[in-house]
Amino acid sequence: MATVLIYSDKTNMALELLTAARQISGAVKAVTINDSQAAQELASAGAEVYNIEQPDINLADAAVAASVLAQAVEQLQADTVLLSSNRRCKEYAGRLAQIIDAGCLTDVTALQVNGDQIECQRNALGGATVATQTITAPRKVIAIRPKTFEAAAAGSGGSVNSLQVNVPPSAVKVLEVRGKEGDTVDIEAAEILVVVGQGMESKDDLPMAEELARKLGGEVACSKPVATDKKWLSEERVVGLSGKKCKPQLALLFGISGQVQFTVGIRDAKVIVSVNTDENASINQMSDYIMTADLKQVLADLNKAL
Amino acid sequence: MNIVVALKQVPDLQQIRIRNRQPIFDDVPLTLGNIDKNALEAGVQIKEAQGGKVIALSAGDENIEDTIKEALAAGADEAYLVIDDQLKDAESSLVAKVLAAAIKNIEDVDLILFGEGSADNYSGQVGPRVAELLGLPQVAFASSIEVNGNTVKVTRSLEDCSEVVEVNLPAVITVLSDINEARIPSVTQILKAGKKPKEVVELDDLKVELPDQSPVKTISNLAPDSQRKKVVVKSVDELVKALEAEGVIGR
Repeated sequence: MATVLIYSDKTNMALELLTAARQISGAVKAVTINDSQAAQELASAGAEVYNIEQPDINLADAAVAASVLAQAVEQLQADTVLLSSNRRCKEYAGRLAQIIDAGCLTDVTALQVNGDQIECQRNALGGATVATQTITAPRKVIAIRPKTFEAAAAGSGGSVNSLQVNVPPSAVKVLEVRGKEGDTVDIEAAEILVVVGQGMESKDDLPMAEELARKLGGEVACSKPVATDKKWLSEERVVGLSGKKCKPQLALLFGISGQVQFTVGIRDAKVIVSVNTDENASINQMSDYIMTADLKQVLADLNKAL
Repeated sequence: MNIVVALKQVPDLQQIRIRNRQPIFDDVPLTLGNIDKNALEAGVQIKEAQGGKVIALSAGDENIEDTIKEALAAGADEAYLVIDDQLKDAESSLVAKVLAAAIKNIEDVDLILFGEGSADNYSGQVGPRVAELLGLPQVAFASSIEVNGNTVKVTRSLEDCSEVVEVNLPAVITVLSDINEARIPSVTQILKAGKKPKEVVELDDLKVELPDQSPVKTISNLAPDSQRKKVVVKSVDELVKALEAEGVIGR
């Protein structure tokens, strides 16, 4: 049976990987690096944890991290590695795969075991399609998008063991770490999204969208041009291929035309409503409820009605 | 300062149509990936400030000879192309092997730039794989790059923070699309692009052999099956009632 090794720098994501790994194999080993708290939490979820406690490991250096993980793969005799596909670990994925001579898939959004194949789904052609792919190489590195799986719940049988590796010298010097400034909204966590597109003609109409979001207990989000070109909202609120992929219960889209770049970020919503002046807007093809109307009027009426 | 920018030829994604969930590539022109153009722009800006040259590197089928002109028009000084039919839509690990071999053949490379992911497949592996093959340091997801002599200061933008890091050259850096706005070449630049130097090599010249079997197999590639109701509503009242019935508001 395949031995699956999991690693994420984020504990919640590592717990999600634990759920994913258990679908692949009964032999799952979790690695933590200089994070005894994560080691404890994973063990409490029933994982066999190997904590590497060597403070000179520089996780900001993907060459070092990949080398450390490759050594863990050899020592623990793993053949499949699951990483989280957040930026930190996605940066490790290709380098690790190169060291251990593995095939690699990143940004995986669904995973299904079919015999001895692990079938992975990921967006392709800029999100226009979803490809189902499988790694045929004996060794595999799979980076899974956060929130694809539920975090593993508390469980028994876990343990924390220690693991020693050779730490290569680091070539990356961290000069400064800056927190993200200003907007710290998490639109991926919102159950209701009020999404504004380029069909909104004036920034003066934005407060109506914000009022609606507040009334519904949701958040305001937008298409990329509204943030990057018009700068009406922060990039934290961008939905789409180069933004966030959201799965709200309800997405209310105002003035969205429906380019693939955008729709890939919202197509998993349970209910999609689109309000647009163009009755042939392509977004209508992927909406549950379609209103062809002036979005200003609809926003005003909704705020009155709710 | 010699800067290599790796660029991938992709179908123009805006022009791909979907029929019966299948992507249709008929008459879809080939172009360079959008984020790759930001990597090129970053390279050209560094060259303009520091001197040196920008080499546009690509591997693919014979069409890349034409497609690479976009990069030569947008500021690359010369092109290095690896052409083979096997390289059309080649898997990431194979492309990385070819690009690393090509870079070894280019003299005095100080900086190697990639987009953070290709426009079509967006796997983000090729840059890190090339860095490993060449034994070079890497920094991905750069939102700014500042070259100072033999070192480069890079801001890496992560989801919850950004890191300012410093590495010695040569190094591999992958850039985010918001690092800059890629320039649009003028007509004169487009006309001159065809005259810029181009070195074309084959896999044999690089002594690279590709395996018979790709390490990744694609089982299917289909547009998602969108089962939406597509109900046209005439008034806000009607919409509110429908959403209440769905149980998504007024709970």
